[in-house]
Amino acid sequence: MADQVLIMGIGNVLWADEGFGVRCIEHLAAHWELPEGVTLLDGGTQGLYLLPFLEEADTLIVFDAVDYGLEPGTLKIVEDDEVPRFMGAKKMSLHQTGFQDVIATAQLMGYCPARLLLIGCQPEELEDYGGGLRDVVKAQIEPAVAVALTRLAQMGHVAKPGRTESDLLADPAIMHNAYEEGRPSEDDACRIGDARFFPVAE
Amino acid sequence: MVVQTPNGFNLDNSGKRIVVDPVTRIEGHMRCEVNVDDEGYIRNAVSTGTMWRGLEVILKGRDPRDAWAFTERICGVCTGTHALTSVRAVEDALGIEIPENANSIRNIMQLNLEIHDHVVHFYHLHALDWVNPVNALRADPKATSELQQAVSPSHPMSSPGYFRDVQNRLKQFVESGQLGLFKNGYWDNPAYLLPPEADLMATTHYLEALDLQKEIVKVHTIFGGKNPHPNWLVGGVPCPINVHSTGAVGAINMERLNLVSSIIEKCDEFNRNVYLPDVIAIGGFYKNWLYGGGLSSQACLAYGDIPEHPNDFSPEQLHLPRGAIINGDMSTVHDVDVRDPEQIQEFVDHSWYEYGEPGKGLHPWDGETQAKFELGPNLKGTRTNIKEIDEGAKYSWIKAPRWRGNAMEVGPLARYIVGYAKGHEEIKDQVDGLLRKMDLPVDALFSTLGRTAARALESEYCGRLQRYFFDKLVTNIKNGDESTANVAKWDPSTWPKEAKGVGMTEAPRGALGHWVRIKDGRIENYQCVVPTTWNGSPRDTQGNIGAFEASLMNTKMERPEEPVEILRTLHSFDPCLACSTHVMSPDGDELTTVKVR
Repeated sequence: MADQVLIMGIGNVLWADEGFGVRCIEHLAAHWELPEGVTLLDGGTQGLYLLPFLEEADTLIVFDAVDYGLEPGTLKIVEDDEVPRFMGAKKMSLHQTGFQDVIATAQLMGYCPARLLLIGCQPEELEDYGGGLRDVVKAQIEPAVAVALTRLAQMGHVAKPGRTESDLLADPAIMHNAYEEGRPSEDDACRIGDARFFPVAE
Repeated sequence: MVVQTPNGFNLDNSGKRIVVDPVTRIEGHMRCEVNVDDEGYIRNAVSTGTMWRGLEVILKGRDPRDAWAFTERICGVCTGTHALTSVRAVEDALGIEIPENANSIRNIMQLNLEIHDHVVHFYHLHALDWVNPVNALRADPKATSELQQAVSPSHPMSSPGYFRDVQNRLKQFVESGQLGLFKNGYWDNPAYLLPPEADLMATTHYLEALDLQKEIVKVHTIFGGKNPHPNWLVGGVPCPINVHSTGAVGAINMERLNLVSSIIEKCDEFNRNVYLPDVIAIGGFYKNWLYGGGLSSQACLAYGDIPEHPNDFSPEQLHLPRGAIINGDMSTVHDVDVRDPEQIQEFVDHSWYEYGEPGKGLHPWDGETQAKFELGPNLKGTRTNIKEIDEGAKYSWIKAPRWRGNAMEVGPLARYIVGYAKGHEEIKDQVDGLLRKMDLPVDALFSTLGRTAARALESEYCGRLQRYFFDKLVTNIKNGDESTANVAKWDPSTWPKEAKGVGMTEAPRGALGHWVRIKDGRIENYQCVVPTTWNGSPRDTQGNIGAFEASLMNTKMERPEEPVEILRTLHSFDPCLACSTHVMSPDGDELTTVKVR
């Protein structure tokens, strides 16, 4: 059997730029027809639930919002052994702590895909609960997807413009447009949080 | 100064203050502060949820049929339970009745989630509070094999060679220095009491449980179409059934049902041969460590779950019991009405919210989520670098829910105490059997270990119920009923102009309720009262402390600078702060007084 590739977006769509990874997967499914052997997965906020998918993959491509301390909207790509280290660079959110453990667990159990590619985007805002992607991050969805497509092509998996149907995507109610259109304004829905942890704009 | 709380605890904050922040190996973020006296006993406890919850406000104005998809994203653990609670709330509001098969499938999914959560909690989040994997490297594989056979004669994986292999694998992993999983711990703390062989046996099962858990969740993929974040449907379940022909793609056929059946069998075997024997064996070494009972001997609450028939939530029809115990009176189990505005109320006097009227409690249908962050005058440190929080003022992002004014414990132990007090046959048999095996009195239940043991018993019971509802489902299908959803009221034009409803479940961590108000086809108000809101609640207007706080009181710490005992007891609740509150900490390090490993 040819190499199985798992393309996964992780993050919580309810937390502003945290939704980056999941939105990349949505974009891929809506604009590209992927060849057989490539699986698209909305990994959402899940930790250990992802192990069965990792076990079946030879190559794992992950989209995620990762804080590298760079300019917001900067893409950073890391591979293989570097991936767990970068995901632990600064634990910004629940799922990153979780996903690092997932990789460690997968390694311990021998489920870890042989090749890892992390396509990370520096978030602008993670603390806006109920917010959406910021413009600089949204603008990186297409370039991030292009990185993944290039890698797929190098591996002999050529994607064509079109669509990919998958059971493994988010429910339509929570897809990007529906989510944005149904979102109450900040005035209607207080979205600020603990002042200790929200740096005030200087 | 010593202050007695109305719920009977003597708080003394004069001793040395210890801050644990963040509390690790939980879902979410919490901080805990205690005062210990000169002998190392905890005499005051303060639990702070350090994340803000805002789910309610983002649901305003949405289509109620979509609410489950949002609530499912609250956190990464019990997503399906939130979705189930949400669809139940909307069905209750709109008077929608679900078909028989939908009830069986929902029960199987919910029971499956309980087992998954309990197994993962015990082996991957909690065991390391009792088990020392570093010590396992010193074990004799042959003696471990003998121990395994004595503890669980029917477990096939018990040869000396098997344990030697696992030990070598662990050694390599530890020596490679990359093992984040076991790296952090207080492995030389005298609070760890197991001999190396028991440590090796339990660590081996840590690995076996990882293998099992990835099989368990496939049930959610089969019935929910996908996992993570399975699909749900107001009116039933979204998966069609088609066992008589090849059928539509994605329909439930015999092949898929057989896969579910084999997973149910695996769960049962693991519960019987591994999980329960481990809890008894490990617990046996800690029989003298019966701290942590907290509120469990006085005030327990369960909503009940797993209805025998669809749409019937009367207490006698629920397999997981419903009821409330207060004032330590086990002879009276009160029924619980989650609609009654006098029964469940949330207070915010010590929480970072405000209501129009101070001191007031609000029923969730009338709930408000208006944030107000302010710190008390006795705070030590600064606003951005809190050394010691002032628990006399507001100090948590968690509200304080109360049942008829009482702080309550929820969760597996509360369910089992309510069930035991009601004379629930299966629960009573299990509990009595366990106590007999361990030679412990019934009072031993009211402890950290009791909480851990109740979870294991419940996992086993849920396994049996899973089989029961699977058989019920198959019989019903064979009798020709393939219906899985009732869509008669799908169209909002069939709804009343205004409606309100409530959905209840017993989530793995305890009683979970969603309250919804619908107006003109849209959500007008949505409130979740989650298990960790009950257990992690701060003080209320009267000064009653919550379940986490109560459970830490009067615990002896071996080394106050290494809070093994605090973690042990807090972990026994399986706290899930992600849904009780919202995210906080980009980098909580500067707050960490005790460097938590």
